Amino acid sequence: MSATRSTPAAVVPPAPPRAPAVGPPAAPPGRPRQRSPRRARLGPYLLLVPALVPVAIGLGYPLVRQFVLSFQEYGMAQQFGRPAEWVGLRNYTELLSDPYVWGVIARSVAFCLVNAALTMGVGIALAVLMSRVGRVARMTLQVGLLLAWGTPVLATMTVWQWLFDSQYGVVNWLLAEPLGMTGMRQHSWIIEPASFYLVATVIVVWMSVPFVVFTVYAGLLQVPEECMEAAQLDGATAWQRLRYLALPMVAPVLLVVALLQVIWDLRVFTQIYVLQRAGAPTRETHLLGTFIYSLSKEFSMAGAMATIMLVITLALTAFYIRRMLREEA
Amino acid sequence: MTAVAARSRRRRGTAGRRLLGLAAVLVALVWVFPIYWMVSSAFLPTNRLRTPEPTFFPTDGTLANFRRVFADPTFFRSFQVSISVTLLTLAVAILFAFLAALAISRFRFRGRKPFIVTILVVQMIPAEGLFISQYQVLDTWHLVNAVAGLSVVYVAAILPFTVWMLRGFVTGVPLELEEAAMVDGLSRTAAFFRITFPLLAPGLVASGVYGFLQAWNEYTLALVVMTDPDQRTLPLWLQGLVEANRATDWGVVMAGATLISVPVIVFFLFVQRRMSAGLVAGAVKG
Repeated sequence: MSATRSTPAAVVPPAPPRAPAVGPPAAPPGRPRQRSPRRARLGPYLLLVPALVPVAIGLGYPLVRQFVLSFQEYGMAQQFGRPAEWVGLRNYTELLSDPYVWGVIARSVAFCLVNAALTMGVGIALAVLMSRVGRVARMTLQVGLLLAWGTPVLATMTVWQWLFDSQYGVVNWLLAEPLGMTGMRQHSWIIEPASFYLVATVIVVWMSVPFVVFTVYAGLLQVPEECMEAAQLDGATAWQRLRYLALPMVAPVLLVVALLQVIWDLRVFTQIYVLQRAGAPTRETHLLGTFIYSLSKEFSMAGAMATIMLVITLALTAFYIRRMLREEA
Repeated sequence: MTAVAARSRRRRGTAGRRLLGLAAVLVALVWVFPIYWMVSSAFLPTNRLRTPEPTFFPTDGTLANFRRVFADPTFFRSFQVSISVTLLTLAVAILFAFLAALAISRFRFRGRKPFIVTILVVQMIPAEGLFISQYQVLDTWHLVNAVAGLSVVYVAAILPFTVWMLRGFVTGVPLELEEAAMVDGLSRTAAFFRITFPLLAPGLVASGVYGFLQAWNEYTLALVVMTDPDQRTLPLWLQGLVEANRATDWGVVMAGATLISVPVIVFFLFVQRRMSAGLVAGAVKG
């Protein structure tokens, strides 16, 4: 807290409403400030310093260091004390002339967009559903989604591995017994890249949808009842009310949520990594996060790849960020 | 519109509503099934899990899996590590975030907008691309395999969102309330602590739980920073059970997963509403 200590002047009953002694410039600009202008000016900065220090240590410095490293030759020899050599853009050209790297990038972007789109679609649909059903059904749906959302990622990842287990997994049993696809009895879901990504998509969408549902539902609740009723009296169908009234009104919420989904799905790591450890071929299933992790012995390559990933993230989200900044202004 | 038409329309409305309600319940069941399966499998003996025919209702449940988890000393060691990291992260992150949120919502100063932009942009940084240099930075300070080291990167990861969220709550308390209290003779500090702070308590609790969930559940950075088996957090411990050998003892894994999840889910259900409210408020209102 930076607010000034109480001063006698402010406690004496007939004191003016805003005694000049109250300090920091929460007051609108132009209000005369008579005491300790320096402290008043320093106040907000002092409040920010504690937050800035750990972010600088834990994020800022590693980011800068990694960026610098990506223009150097830094491998095992440098680990043991050899000074790093400047190599300009060589790490980047080496990575970007490798078709495999382009494959990883293409897969990651595709995975990200498909997952973000599916999550948004399912999430909005369920949010609308939630706003239409009675109390009991709504509570049931809320509890179901909350349980899925609140469970730790690693716990759910172990369950999903168990569900898709090739020998005793319930998914294979369901497909083989009630549905009669006997060929699925010992089916391994993660050996083939295509079905690996299918499983990963099911898991990621299952995990991400609750957040979208609750955020969009909270937004829908804020749409004034009178507007909807007026539109209904004017003859708008339920679909029209949703499409032309409710959704545009919650557009800011949708925008933020979609932005977060794109960011989160591009950097997906845990789900892919855990599934890989369960026995998938890693080279064929790498996405950006796991690929960078696999480069960890060649720091400068990993640094260059991480920088490329950051650029891709910014490229995918530039439109949203610009809009958000404009609204923030 | 005649009364009959109106009535028939209303009836169709209720029928449609019922159908939608049924759909909602079905979706809920689909979503909850993996969680149900986790808890249900945790109570089944190994021989019931290792059959081609799955058991959907654990009528002959046993606590053997839980007993095996509690007999495992590595579980308690990991529990200790997880609790220490989480509490340290939480205490530091909430205090610092609160101060920063006050600064940006109650003061107008040079550099305020760049700071807000930084908060937003920092959240876009793909941490999954950063962990190698984070590891190196911690390594130079001998903070690898240390609670303090993991906590530093966690605080850095949690702070931006927490500041953003708390800012929404602080902005939500009108300054006029504080000013009114000051008109009534309270000092600024007293007005803040007696009027504004109590109104912020829900926001602080919500961001506290957010931080708790993040630190408790985090896997990636823990994987990179805590390489010593003796310093594993609970998520690492759990995944270790699956990888230890090919013939995974799913009953024990599910019991472990259930034990890790239950406190988290309880906390989460407790404050979920406030968390998303804070997010929406922070995100939508400028």
